[in-house]
Amino acid sequence: MEKQDRRLGVVAALPLTALLLLCFLAPMLVVALFSIMPQRVFSILNMPDFSAFQVFFSLGYYRSLLWSLGMAAATTVILFLMCWPLAYGMAKVFGRFTLVLTIAVVMSLFVSENIRLFGWVLTLMRGGLIEGYLRDLTGLSFDSPLYTVGATIFGLVYVYLPFMLFPLAQGIAMVPDDARQAASDLGASRWQVMRQIDLPLAAPGILVGSLLTFVLAAGALAEAKILGGRSVIVITDDIETAFTFAQNWPLGAALSMIMIVMVAGLAMFALARLDLDAIMGRKR
Amino acid sequence: MNRPVILRLEKVVKRFGSFTALQGIDLDILEGEFFTIVGPSGSGKSTLIRLLVGMDELSEGKIWLRDNRIDQTPANKRPTCMVFQSLALFPHMSVGQNIEFPLKLRKVEPAERRARAYELLDLLRLPRSYYDKRISQCSGGERQRVALARALAFDPEILLFDEPLSALDYRLRKTLEKELKDLHARTGKTFVYITHSLEEAMVMSDRIAIMKDGQFEQIATADEIYSAPVSRFVAEFMGEVNLFDATDGLTQRAGGEVAAIPADGQSVLMVRPEYVRFIKNADQTDYALNGRLQAEYALGSRIQYEIETENGRVITVEKLREERLQADVGAPVLLGFDAGHTHLIRGA
Repeated sequence: MEKQDRRLGVVAALPLTALLLLCFLAPMLVVALFSIMPQRVFSILNMPDFSAFQVFFSLGYYRSLLWSLGMAAATTVILFLMCWPLAYGMAKVFGRFTLVLTIAVVMSLFVSENIRLFGWVLTLMRGGLIEGYLRDLTGLSFDSPLYTVGATIFGLVYVYLPFMLFPLAQGIAMVPDDARQAASDLGASRWQVMRQIDLPLAAPGILVGSLLTFVLAAGALAEAKILGGRSVIVITDDIETAFTFAQNWPLGAALSMIMIVMVAGLAMFALARLDLDAIMGRKR
Repeated sequence: MNRPVILRLEKVVKRFGSFTALQGIDLDILEGEFFTIVGPSGSGKSTLIRLLVGMDELSEGKIWLRDNRIDQTPANKRPTCMVFQSLALFPHMSVGQNIEFPLKLRKVEPAERRARAYELLDLLRLPRSYYDKRISQCSGGERQRVALARALAFDPEILLFDEPLSALDYRLRKTLEKELKDLHARTGKTFVYITHSLEEAMVMSDRIAIMKDGQFEQIATADEIYSAPVSRFVAEFMGEVNLFDATDGLTQRAGGEVAAIPADGQSVLMVRPEYVRFIKNADQTDYALNGRLQAEYALGSRIQYEIETENGRVITVEKLREERLQADVGAPVLLGFDAGHTHLIRGA
């Protein structure tokens, strides 16, 4: 009976397994195979030579990767510092206003990311909303902050805010109030309560939020292009170029593989330390 | 015993919006005593304890710890420490880390912290191997002891308890009540305990304060409160009680020195169920009255009877099992009690 159940389970899981293999694993495999092909071939039936990985170092593509990872790290840190007080308020202080805030943040996701980024271009550009009005009203002027690394990071922070805010609020909501009060009663200052109680107990939320923002920001392309104006080239831009203009699939595949391995490694490292049951509010 | 006052409350008022939770409380707690505040839920006892440790700010009044005014001092700077109803142990720390938490904040050396934690584990009769246990691996009673050890590690002037035993089962509660009393004796610290359970208060306390509607009804020893309550509320709160007013027309023994109950509609004469006797002749006791046995309940070591008198009042009587009344429900009985076992509660 149990044996039959198990067999039926395999049968029932078959469609999804097939779909995952076909749509998820197969493309990955193709990319992985292309990454070890010689330069500029369009077939995976060539002799593997790993030349694309040499190009990664010799032609300085690692710089793009470092920019991507660096800006993603900066975005994560900025978002964490920005969202902590806000998330704290949402979880513990605001009460019904939390719902309003949640809806407001989620609403912004309904508009395409590119459209929102172009909105910022119109706002920040020289002669745009801010500088244009300022010059018209006061005669003062300033250079546009657009097309810099700062503008790129600003765009990343702006776009990925919800992905830090909500997990963080969820994490903070898990910190019991009486643990915080007990710590203070036992002599902890506010700062010590935050360090010793809030941060460790909200760690699952912090981890999920940071992981989401970092992974998304590392793979982001539009911010660097639209707000950053390619002031620095990010790895995703290189990948796109390699696959399109350069028509060098093995290079694009190799860059992709490097990216995938780094981000997947990080994600696995973080998720291994995570207790999903605790996040869902279940008791251990 | 003449002990100095350690904690003094002067006209402490606490308001939440338009609701006044504490209406001008005056209180002296003595050095080294086990002081219990008892009251029904909503009486303001939890509000009071939160003010004492500094988790809430008072609206008016003063709190003195010896000669220092502490009502404006934040919780983390007060030499008081509370054991929470939920215990509020830190789930991400081991038993040892929980106990050492207040010591770590004071930057005590790790070796010294560990030694102190072991001492406290010994004091609370927890094995030293528990030092590395996780909180989630401890049972309810063990968690109680860890919470106590943590509070003692803080070495407070006053240790406060917010109904820490209410979530435990009966047997464990009884054990811990006695342990707590024993711990009080061994540490010599001032304990302020809050509970809604009178039994808990009677077992442990030196003095008990009965709280109602944000005020103290009576502050006295358990014996005093039990035998001479100042109000109907206290009398009824402290267990089963029989109250008679002037309309009961109690039959007095001829020549007995018995005070009349003032017919002011408020004064009542109190007698506890264990002092009411089943008698044969009306002149055996100072007071006597006729009734009919209505119900009989077994309470374990004692039997409780309910007797309805001629004018419809139900009297509760409790007897030890060996003094069991041989009568059927519905049978007429003669009840009596002596004036020395009664207490007159005068109307306000």
